[in-house]
Amino acid sequence: MSSLTLEAPHVDVDPFSDEMIEDPYAMHEQLREAGPVVFIPKYEVYTVSRHAEVQAVLGDWETYISSAGVGLANFRHEEPFRPKSLLLEADPPEHTTVRTVISRVLSPRTVQHLRTVFETEAEALVDRVLQQRDIDGMKDLAEYFPLKVFPDAVGLGPTGRENLMLYGDMVFNALGPRNERLQRSMERLAPVSTWIMDNCRRDVLKPGSLGDQIYQAVETGEITEAQAPMLVRSFLSAGVDTTIYGFANLLLTLARNPDEYAKLHAEPALARQTFEESLRYESALQTIFRTTSRDTVLAGVPIAGDCKVLNLLGAANRDPRKWKDPDRFNVDRNPVGHLVFGSGIHGCVGQIIARMEGEQLLRSLARRVKRIEATGPHQRHPNNSLRAMRSLPLRLTPA
Amino acid sequence: MPVVHVLRPDGVQVELEVPIGVSVMRAVTEAGVPGIIGECGGAAMCGTCHVLVDDDWLECLAPMQRNEDELLDCTAAPRERRSRLGCQLQMTEALDGLSLGMPERQR
Repeated sequence: MSSLTLEAPHVDVDPFSDEMIEDPYAMHEQLREAGPVVFIPKYEVYTVSRHAEVQAVLGDWETYISSAGVGLANFRHEEPFRPKSLLLEADPPEHTTVRTVISRVLSPRTVQHLRTVFETEAEALVDRVLQQRDIDGMKDLAEYFPLKVFPDAVGLGPTGRENLMLYGDMVFNALGPRNERLQRSMERLAPVSTWIMDNCRRDVLKPGSLGDQIYQAVETGEITEAQAPMLVRSFLSAGVDTTIYGFANLLLTLARNPDEYAKLHAEPALARQTFEESLRYESALQTIFRTTSRDTVLAGVPIAGDCKVLNLLGAANRDPRKWKDPDRFNVDRNPVGHLVFGSGIHGCVGQIIARMEGEQLLRSLARRVKRIEATGPHQRHPNNSLRAMRSLPLRLTPA
Repeated sequence: MPVVHVLRPDGVQVELEVPIGVSVMRAVTEAGVPGIIGECGGAAMCGTCHVLVDDDWLECLAPMQRNEDELLDCTAAPRERRSRLGCQLQMTEALDGLSLGMPERQR
């Protein structure tokens, strides 16, 4: 290996422009092929978009820290818009304690208890949409689990849940630049944040729920009284919009790939793998940042300390160095290793529950729906870091 | 490069070269060897890279963290004395020649 260090090539693109948010894939290819590490002058950020480098950055929490924020804003120099997340925007050792607690609450064992409930809900949901046949894939399908079934499991009351999506929209816009998109979503910051924190209190959470189990760790002394509502908040900010758009992208992708759907319909046991493949193919979370804690060298490219590094998850998930025929949605593919849930110590703590939601929903659809067709153009919802959607007109044909 | 001997669930023995610092889970999945899934990508969250380490090697492994211990209690195939998660076994010089098998199922 050469000891010479390279310069990161400058690539003059704007990942947060309307055009790139609508369709980022040509830009992803341009950035991937420009080099393992590139520099985007407009935001003065280093950017990684190949699978190996994104994985390397996410795996090295000591060099690429999260406590300075996982968006474009550098919390060493800018105020976060909300009190920092104890999980997402923290480093070890502080991160480790709270991560241990929330991991236990969301472990396969706990989530297993919810399986029957999720199965029943998925079957009833598919009953309903099959009676309608012509549906909005967003309101009628994608939103149901993340706005009804998941918040029920967290222990939330039934009213005011529209605040969840508004809150998620802010949180994920705030990972990008301070643009008009962010400003618009922040218009209702005060009432929405108040609603969120009011609903993270123990007295409003259903006993025995996931939220209540977080508070049980206060009793055992693992976390403090002040930390508990912040961890419940993490359920609500990370587990709603991401999952909704994951399902929306899944449904759109199935409608666009009828031959792949036919394979799934013939073999519903492919549901779990198909959901994974859809997460790889259209990553619901597109961007996540880290900040360098010190001068470092990545893939031969020097990066100074205290610099922002942008990880393009959606680009890594279509990197031809990692995936054969990456732009093809293929239900027979083994998509293990996709990075939509991140990787390393900050890997999505709710991924088990998200996968179970996706598997149950898709298995019910696959068994009982013969065809999924688009009946009109879908409309994306622009968000700085999510591949989001507003409407998705679909027709379902029963088996 | 250190090697790991893997006995697949179908009884076929394979030998993998594993770079220092790479986990057994990653080495096995990247080599396309069936038998483990590694769905969460190595975060010790899913319990689908369950492996059965040969007795001679058990003592040589890094001790188990609490999250691995808890996950092994809810793997699809019942836990055995030899059970570990492949994602938590990072290759070292000392593990050159490590030998392990796989349970019947991962989910």
